[in-house]
Amino acid sequence: MTLAAPLGALLLTLIISSLALWAFGSNPWAAYGDMLGHAAKLDTQVDIWNRATPLYLSAIAASIGFRMNLFNIGVEGQYFLAALVAAQVGGLVSLPQVLHIAVIFLVAMAVGGAWAGLAGVLNVTRGINVVISTIMLNFIAVSGLAAWWITAWQAELGEGESLSATNLGTTPIDDSGLLPHITGFVEIFTGDIRDNNPVSGMLVVALLVGIGYHVLLNRTTFGFDLRSSGMNPFAARAGGVPPKRMIVVAMILSGAVAGLVGLVEVFEIGKFRPNQIQGLGFAGIGVALLGRNSPLGMAFAALLFGFLDISSVILQQTGTASREIVVIMQGILLLAAVVAYEVVRRIKIREEARATAEALAQGVAA
Amino acid sequence: MTALSQRFNALPTAIKWMVYALLGILLLTIVQSIGDTDKLTSAPISREMLRWSLPVLLAGLGGLFADRAGVVNIGLEGMMILGMWFGAWGALEYGPWAGVVIGTVGGAAGGLLHALATVTFGVDQIISGVAINILAPAGTRYLSQEVFGSPTQSPRTTGIGDWDVPFLAGGSIFGWDSPDILLTVANWNWWFVSDVADFSRGLLRGTSILAIIAVALVPISAWVLWRTRFGLRLRISGEQPQAGESQGVNIYAYKYAAVIISGALAGLGGVVISSPELSGQFLEGNSGGRGFIGLAAVIFGNWRPLGILLGALLYGYVFGLDLKDLDGTASHALLLLNAIALGGVAAWAITRRRATDGVLAGLLAVGALIWWLASETVPGWWSNILPYVVVLLVLVFFAQRLREPAAIGQAYRRGGS
Repeated sequence: MTLAAPLGALLLTLIISSLALWAFGSNPWAAYGDMLGHAAKLDTQVDIWNRATPLYLSAIAASIGFRMNLFNIGVEGQYFLAALVAAQVGGLVSLPQVLHIAVIFLVAMAVGGAWAGLAGVLNVTRGINVVISTIMLNFIAVSGLAAWWITAWQAELGEGESLSATNLGTTPIDDSGLLPHITGFVEIFTGDIRDNNPVSGMLVVALLVGIGYHVLLNRTTFGFDLRSSGMNPFAARAGGVPPKRMIVVAMILSGAVAGLVGLVEVFEIGKFRPNQIQGLGFAGIGVALLGRNSPLGMAFAALLFGFLDISSVILQQTGTASREIVVIMQGILLLAAVVAYEVVRRIKIREEARATAEALAQGVAA
Repeated sequence: MTALSQRFNALPTAIKWMVYALLGILLLTIVQSIGDTDKLTSAPISREMLRWSLPVLLAGLGGLFADRAGVVNIGLEGMMILGMWFGAWGALEYGPWAGVVIGTVGGAAGGLLHALATVTFGVDQIISGVAINILAPAGTRYLSQEVFGSPTQSPRTTGIGDWDVPFLAGGSIFGWDSPDILLTVANWNWWFVSDVADFSRGLLRGTSILAIIAVALVPISAWVLWRTRFGLRLRISGEQPQAGESQGVNIYAYKYAAVIISGALAGLGGVVISSPELSGQFLEGNSGGRGFIGLAAVIFGNWRPLGILLGALLYGYVFGLDLKDLDGTASHALLLLNAIALGGVAAWAITRRRATDGVLAGLLAVGALIWWLASETVPGWWSNILPYVVVLLVLVFFAQRLREPAAIGQAYRRGGS
């Protein structure tokens, strides 16, 4: 029953996207065949893992808020700003490897946490809806502050150095500040991975964050308070949970995890580029919704979205279908899944009510 | 003083708003005289203001309809993107007027999807909106690739034309060129009088038909929502749906109608973006988050059409000024205006005995003033973020005075408690 909803949504997605492909003269079977055929190759799988890693982190960031009915729409701005500042700080300092990496991590989490925490503080002190404030803060972060710092840093470029693709972005980080790849470790279990396609070390970080999220929510008092605040804020308050502090803390935690999202790319290219991959925040919300805020569910959802993202590159190479079909599949899957979850939830409630009524009736009769 | 303010309050709304507009231009004129610019009240700026405010205004009116029926519509951005694409496609395929209709219908289809998810299936309204914001750009990307051969843009479109108002702005009547009164007055170079004339002329000359439709939708929306039976029932769906249900109102139908209208208005906003009034083609990313800003305009305007118009015009003014202000001097003069406005907020808060607000606003006002005194120009990023900062500040200082529909965001089930 729990799997009925996602499977139904997947089926509906396949039907609609097949119709969309067929309507414009592409062969759906050939397209799906290409996608799956490439996903069976090790190198494509590495791409999928590397793509799923930031998606998973972004999803966890969003879901920490979702768990207590706080819609942190601002993961986008939080990770963008965090990656920018962390990369610049990392590029300016030179430290031993462990410290250097730790500094980058701490700065990213602090910036992300502060940016999200601001929305939390505005909510508890001024009653401003988190959805609206995080949307505004997204704009301020991405089109304001980030744009400002990038132009300011470009202006500091030495004489004779002109803007180009190579020097665009923040000061390059020394090798000591880059999180090592885990390609060697992964190769123990697999065949050889191509040298130019390493597995990001952030995969391990993402797994740790996922485990931490599970433990925090399900095995600690704080997690219990957080979940109860989301389910019934009045009951939680009566039970002694301080609602205002919970909101601020949840937002800071959410933002701190969001801060990690952009680090995957920062460690990969050794600096922050203004054309840094964008949209991971909104995609992460999608992954969180699809995975129903569960650590395992979100992992599957992140891999699925990662697979679809990578398939779009593959479709472009093979030319069997327009690569944009993949984004459509993500969108439809998301909408179909949230509708299906809600329908299943209602059916369950109805069945429980009927079962209770029957049990009561039998009890009365006996 | 109180007698005067009472008499002012008794004036018809339209006249009151004209007085507000004149006061606004007076403030701009004063700031302009102190600052080192002549752009603030010029015709090109008021024209830019109107152009750029249109998508925000239409999205805002869309948000108003949905919110008033109790359905939060975060998906405005996505519906606007649908309007952009279908508007461009319709204009290219069947002509400019068909583009307007098809784009509006495209947005309405997005609204229908949102209504289906939230009203029929009871999906959380924010979640459904986020999903639509992911789906819409994906869908238009695919359609663009298949129809236009490029995932990100369409060929150039043609618009439905524009109009010069006769007599005031020198429009022609049956081939006869009427006098351009406002231009004459503007050329007198009288302090304030000519500023008003020049500013107004920017709104009345070369006005796009789409702009006229959009601005006309402000009183029309107010009339529909507050003067018709349909509007009353729509609003009860967003305030007390159970009370409406007990009076035999089909709440589902009104919520559906409201969200579809909402999508249609956002779609029309998208049509404006891809029409020659703004971009002249479908271009991915050109909605630029204006659906979200429309949402902010709804809150800024306290869920009222005129307030939304004001919010949209403010956004359009700051955005348009930045475009025409390459050396940053005009935006610099705007800093002084920010300081004055924040000073006003501080004074207002202190008369209301809200010390914290007063001090906060006062500090920000002093900060803006110091910045204005200490600099010659402002960097471009400041104009970029100003609209969003303004929205946040309005919420910080006035959130307590805003009143949203009582049942907003709640899932409604017929027969529920």
